[in-house]
Amino acid sequence: MKDILQELEDRRSAARLGGGQKRIDSQHAKGKLTARERVELLLDEGSFEEFDMFKAHRCTDFGMEEDKPAGDGVITGWGTINGRMVYVFSQDFTVLGGSVSATHAQKICKIMDMAVQNGAPVIGLNDSGGARIQEGVDALAGYAEIFQRNIMASGVVPQISVIMGPCAGGAVYSPAMTDFIFMVKDTSYMFVTGPDVVKTVTNEVVTAEELGGASTHTKKSSVADGAFDNDVEALAEVRRLVDFLPLNNREKPPVRPFFDKPSRLEDSLDTLIPDNPNQPYDMKELILKVADEGDFYEIQEDYAKNIITGFMRLEGQTVGVVANQPMVLAGCLDIDSSRKAARFVRFCDAFEIPILTLVDVPGFLPGTSQEYGGVIKHGAKLLFAYGEATVPKVTVITRKAYGGAYDVMASKHLRGDFNYAWPTAQIAVMGAKGATEILYRSELGDADKIAKRTEDYEGRFANPFVAAERGFIDEVIMPHSTRKRVARAFASLRGKQLTNPWKKHDNIPL
Amino acid sequence: MFNKILIANRGEIACRVIKTARKMGISTVAIYSDADKNALHVQMADEAVHIGPPPANQSYIVIDKVMDAIRKTGAQAVHPGYGFLSENSKFAEALAAEGVAFVGPPKGAIDAMGDKITSKKIAQEANVSTVPGYMGLIADADEAVKISNEIGYPVMIKASAGGGGKGMRIAWNDEEAREGFQSSKNEAASSFGDDRIFIEKFVTQPRHIEIQVLCDSHGNGVYLGERECSIQRRNQKVVEEAPSPFLDQATRKAMGEQAVALAKAVGYSSAGTVEFIVDGQKNFYFLEMNTRLQVEHPVTELITGVDLVEQMIRVANGEPLSITQDDVKLTGWSVESRLYAEDPYRGFLPSIGRLSVYRPPAEVAAGPMRINGKWADKAIEGETAVRNDTGVYEGGEISMYYDPMIAKLCTWAPTREEAIEGMRIALDSFEIEGIGHNLPFLSAVMDHPIFIAGDMTTAFIEEQYPDGFEGVTLPAAALRKVAAAAAAMYRVAEIRRTRVSGRMDNHERKVGNDWVVVLQGESFPVTIEADHDGSTVRFADGSSHRVASDWAPGDSLANLDVDGDPLVLKVGKVTSGFRIRTRGADLAVKLYTPRQAELAALMPEKLPPDTSKMLLCPMPGLIVKVSVEVGDEVQEGQALCTVEAMKMENILRAERKGTVSKINAVAGDSLAVDEVIMEFE
Repeated sequence: MKDILQELEDRRSAARLGGGQKRIDSQHAKGKLTARERVELLLDEGSFEEFDMFKAHRCTDFGMEEDKPAGDGVITGWGTINGRMVYVFSQDFTVLGGSVSATHAQKICKIMDMAVQNGAPVIGLNDSGGARIQEGVDALAGYAEIFQRNIMASGVVPQISVIMGPCAGGAVYSPAMTDFIFMVKDTSYMFVTGPDVVKTVTNEVVTAEELGGASTHTKKSSVADGAFDNDVEALAEVRRLVDFLPLNNREKPPVRPFFDKPSRLEDSLDTLIPDNPNQPYDMKELILKVADEGDFYEIQEDYAKNIITGFMRLEGQTVGVVANQPMVLAGCLDIDSSRKAARFVRFCDAFEIPILTLVDVPGFLPGTSQEYGGVIKHGAKLLFAYGEATVPKVTVITRKAYGGAYDVMASKHLRGDFNYAWPTAQIAVMGAKGATEILYRSELGDADKIAKRTEDYEGRFANPFVAAERGFIDEVIMPHSTRKRVARAFASLRGKQLTNPWKKHDNIPL
Repeated sequence: MFNKILIANRGEIACRVIKTARKMGISTVAIYSDADKNALHVQMADEAVHIGPPPANQSYIVIDKVMDAIRKTGAQAVHPGYGFLSENSKFAEALAAEGVAFVGPPKGAIDAMGDKITSKKIAQEANVSTVPGYMGLIADADEAVKISNEIGYPVMIKASAGGGGKGMRIAWNDEEAREGFQSSKNEAASSFGDDRIFIEKFVTQPRHIEIQVLCDSHGNGVYLGERECSIQRRNQKVVEEAPSPFLDQATRKAMGEQAVALAKAVGYSSAGTVEFIVDGQKNFYFLEMNTRLQVEHPVTELITGVDLVEQMIRVANGEPLSITQDDVKLTGWSVESRLYAEDPYRGFLPSIGRLSVYRPPAEVAAGPMRINGKWADKAIEGETAVRNDTGVYEGGEISMYYDPMIAKLCTWAPTREEAIEGMRIALDSFEIEGIGHNLPFLSAVMDHPIFIAGDMTTAFIEEQYPDGFEGVTLPAAALRKVAAAAAAMYRVAEIRRTRVSGRMDNHERKVGNDWVVVLQGESFPVTIEADHDGSTVRFADGSSHRVASDWAPGDSLANLDVDGDPLVLKVGKVTSGFRIRTRGADLAVKLYTPRQAELAALMPEKLPPDTSKMLLCPMPGLIVKVSVEVGDEVQEGQALCTVEAMKMENILRAERKGTVSKINAVAGDSLAVDEVIMEFE
């Protein structure tokens, strides 16, 4: 009997060693942790329960029958993050380069199915050389099986991908369909076609890092939502993100004890808006001063910085924040910022996370590059996302809310629940100068007259009160009381119920 | 007494004067430029008058504008503060002409002390010890050499109209004297339009010690002890204290009496300061007299209990002094730290912008000078007073137009040691974000052995920080205390994380007691034993620290008790830990479980990118112009691009010869600090 039990232990030990000590050392030498070490860091200590530890591939081509490592290059299972259940798969680069075979894919599909059934997030730690070439179409089928599950799980449970090594070719499309992608700086890259193919086809010489490194994807392509210095930091930050997210779309966002008075006043916010309307200020200061304990988890920090997206907590509960950033491009909306914010708003709506919108927007960015790039359709994404969102929506206009961009930014007309404005708000079709130049075209030659007209227009519209008279602004609030007012607004919306008409799905302008 | 007083100044000193005026029942008038519309002194005053655009030479020092404000408001007296019009005899004259009292000395005294050569002559006549030197005008270099030999090397060659180190040379021999004379003369001519030069003995191991005097217009005068101001950076005082750790009673008395004699010699009334240079043998020499309230006056107030501003106002009102020399008692010790908006890590470059966080430590009344102005007879044992004279507030703006000083933080305690300890804690408790500031540097000074011993000279900063300030490395004992505190705090924060909703019942995460603290390149495995009153944090060698605190996760300031001693930490956010600032150190502290620590140790250390071949944006701003193109060969000093920040155009120049390999920014981009603008081959 003892021998039988011992055999299990022996098999487990062998499986745990993955591709062997030599490959583990080589993984470490690259500054990377092994698949198991990563799982250890991601999950609460001792909470990991593994599935399919002994699963092996069935390929018999190209000598593969000689090499059938237990686990087949991926570790799967479930565990907890601060006591909350998550499913996880972690590709093992030391085993056949972490390549995806039919069985490897089956392991991933198994936990994805369970995650959807049991309502818990899926976290994928990607470190794979790609499809297992020896398996041919079986590997491709495996990928597609995963893709299909990504699609089905989307909006049901949060899906998070961490790219911790290579992720190339078809492999990229699984992370691409998850809610968040994080990368590890210097040791991960993602691309559809690698530098060699790029060179052959286009003669373009480019390194893997330049083509698909963390910097590329967080700053240029927006494929990734964040990048971290190393595996340890990345996994700690994923834990931090999971603390903000509900486990599935049937649950309210999580609440945790907080040590920050909801009624905290911030007198310094009364001077946040500079006297000169064209001078920028840092919207992040407002976010940090509104948030519980000044804690803000930013998403896509390095991309389209003219809009800020991320999570904070109010009274311990997660709130998604979308805010124009006057420090960059005056906070205007453009193609990139509209896409960034639209995706974030839809994530929040899918998972019942209330949305706080902070508005200082002078309008959409003009220009041929924007129009040729389809700013109409991209801008419409954000408009659409806000309009269809049924979660609690609280909006604070701090300064400019001009033109169509006013409508877009969670305005009253898009079913905003609480639409607040600071006394410094200016809600108008456009800035006073632009408006008078159109209205009084005939007087353009007379500077004095135009100045007078501008002043009149400013007096009439450069304030929140015209909008407040119409009820488009529910209340004009003092900047220093923003945290208190916003927290109370969300508190009052805890029982909000709103449903859109039945449809198979909407047709958002993709 | 006056009913209404106008303060012809701004910033902390205007606020300081308003406080005393209010206490005396006098209503106050502030003046302000466009840049100060929302300033604290304007908010504090009963009335405020706008006097023009931001530059001081178009507002605060335009006599006509100040006079208009006086007429408009009917102020009966003017307190000039320091700087601006405080030592301008034309201003005093203009006030006199309209029958408005000047809270300062008479015009004659200002004039007499305003010129270095005249003031030295008067001092000599009043039997005040002066630096041996030649007072007359020096014709040429030969004469300069001759005089230098008579005085004896080393000598200092100075411009008569000089100040701030301009037109100043030290010579150790004939050749240097000859050269020094010529270059001082040229510099003086171009800087001041006055090329008169004088030569005097160069004092070695010099200390800057000054005597506070107070005189009325009835011929009475007292001295209120001295202030030690040796800690200076480029002639800008940084840390002051009273009394001086160097003086004995006899020297103090001699200096004080000479100072009063000098004041009387020029018919002085009001508060004034006689500056001396003191050498290693306690020989003291008159430097100059400042005919105004000094920036560092609070340290004198804190040890004497005399409200100098109140006394100045009373004297200006014609009252005789209510105190005699016998009434003046120096009780306890006071230290002042000047907080400047300047970045110590970037060569003390001025830093401007919004004070997104500004939370000074709470003021505490103790000692002779209670905050409410009441005099106490003696020091209350064991108490430390904290006083913060400031002109800013959270959410306020530090503008580029004026002095970068944001606050004067003072502590008082019965002994010097306690006053310094009080200052350490006060500095640690001071929260400032949004701009660069010298808090870490001030903390470093408080822990510097030379300062602690009281052995500083005016060369202290230059000698101790020859390559600038690079931050503080905590000594082993302090580091362990911080490690223990961080571990105890992190455990609390982690336990909170496990209280999130939605967890699996009966399968919650248990936060362990074994942690590894990684900070300042060291790692300490610790075990935490927590109870209701705090935590005992045990180190691998068996030693332990007892940590108690009411800190809660998210608090930006932790007031801890470690083994019975106070420890104050500024706590920020870092992945798996805290950013902790204390005692001038700025640490990223990581907290790992033993297993996490093992794995973290496998991570390669990432060196900060080599930026020597990059042009980084030195401040947040807008790129107005890029002056070069990729492939251009640039010479040292060549303009590369122009960044506009705070309405100022800053031209960034090549630091060395090179070829532009990449340009990352175009005109119109707004960049954050340290963003890469261009790269070189």
